[in-house]
Amino acid sequence: MNKIDALIIGAGPTGLFTAHQLRLIGLNCEIVDNLDKIGGQCIELYPDKPIYDIPAVPECTGEELTNNLLNQLKPFNIKFHLSERVDEVKKDKDNWIVKTSNGKSFLTPNVIIAGGVGSFEPRKFPVKDCEKFENKSVLYSIKDKSIFEGKTVTIFGGGDSALDWAVELSKNSKVNLVHRRDEFRAAQATVDQVHKLSKAGKINLLTKYQMTGINGKEKLENIEIKHDNKETKNVKTDYVLGFFGLIMQLGPIADWGLNINKKTIEVDTEKFETNQKGIYAVGDICTYPGKLKLILSGFHEGALAARACFKLARPNEKYRFEFTTSSKAIKDRLGVKGD
Amino acid sequence: MSKITYLTHDNQTFTVDVQNGLTVMEGAVQNDIPGIDADCGGGMACATCHVYVKEDWLDKLPKKEDGEEDMLDMAFEPKTNSRLSCQLIVSDELDGLIIKIPSKQA
Repeated sequence: MNKIDALIIGAGPTGLFTAHQLRLIGLNCEIVDNLDKIGGQCIELYPDKPIYDIPAVPECTGEELTNNLLNQLKPFNIKFHLSERVDEVKKDKDNWIVKTSNGKSFLTPNVIIAGGVGSFEPRKFPVKDCEKFENKSVLYSIKDKSIFEGKTVTIFGGGDSALDWAVELSKNSKVNLVHRRDEFRAAQATVDQVHKLSKAGKINLLTKYQMTGINGKEKLENIEIKHDNKETKNVKTDYVLGFFGLIMQLGPIADWGLNINKKTIEVDTEKFETNQKGIYAVGDICTYPGKLKLILSGFHEGALAARACFKLARPNEKYRFEFTTSSKAIKDRLGVKGD
Repeated sequence: MSKITYLTHDNQTFTVDVQNGLTVMEGAVQNDIPGIDADCGGGMACATCHVYVKEDWLDKLPKKEDGEEDMLDMAFEPKTNSRLSCQLIVSDELDGLIIKIPSKQA
């Protein structure tokens, strides 16, 4: 079991800056995130969209903001645990035992939830019976593409994932690509390639269709799709792939005994502590009177939660406030030269 | 103020006064109307404020911006009358608007 001063859940901007604040005051920490990359909503939802309200940064994209925060964290060599979801948080005397979906566990007096709107999970097909085939023949991500060789694969979606896989799998499989409208939002080059492959008969393009049914006993046999003009079609297929992006779910956080109000966690505004001692919530996931869902608010909340962590991580020491401009201790931690 | 009517999938009706300039999404959230999640807070980045607009209102609404149709690709059961309620700004022209909230946002 990893013994650490604080565990941060969520590698979005708030989680990253909170890590910075913890390390600056001499506490160690690690970060867990369910996504396979660092940056949270900034990377998953709007990597290319400009943000205009980060103090002293007139304009930057979600990706640039993430990269800058990572640069700021460089001196500290933070350990990230990506593609892992925190499933369990349990009290153990003065500590919390935290377990992840990959079986890692941490012992820590401080857990900081910087989880945005929860963990990202793939959006699923609305058709109820799809659950029956999920992870067998209805998939939302691809781990091993060799399983599709020589099979019929029906891909749903109009973004990069759907089109990239349609192109890739058309080499060794029979591919149907189904989308709810004629336009695709994927990169133009990929869209062109899909149209070319469609003309060559390598991809069976079915637009303005959506899934309305799925059939099969043990094994998936066929799906029913419906055109905007109400016409329906039966499509024989071995696999169905859905690429509708990701959705945020509060997930297991709801079961940790915290006061939850409309998918957000209630905290005080001194420590950003929840109703459980040593569990804090910062950023979009916390709520208190006057809460603004801005990135800059998350930075402030993280800075204060980090100070609160000090008390529990170093019960016999007194926290002393210091400025980065003058503190020798801080400069040593940053690895920069003093005056 | 304009009157906006929200119909939920389980046949509840909420008619509320929404201040002009707010979005139909904000009108729902501020009045605790269930079924509109608005996870991203109006950034047109999540498709969890998806609504169906009553057919006779479709032409009276502001046209979709580029990103809206892309986001609707990800909505739960999108239809031809689907819109993102965060993109519908309430004005006198929308007084009396009726929208239907899908059974789920995801």
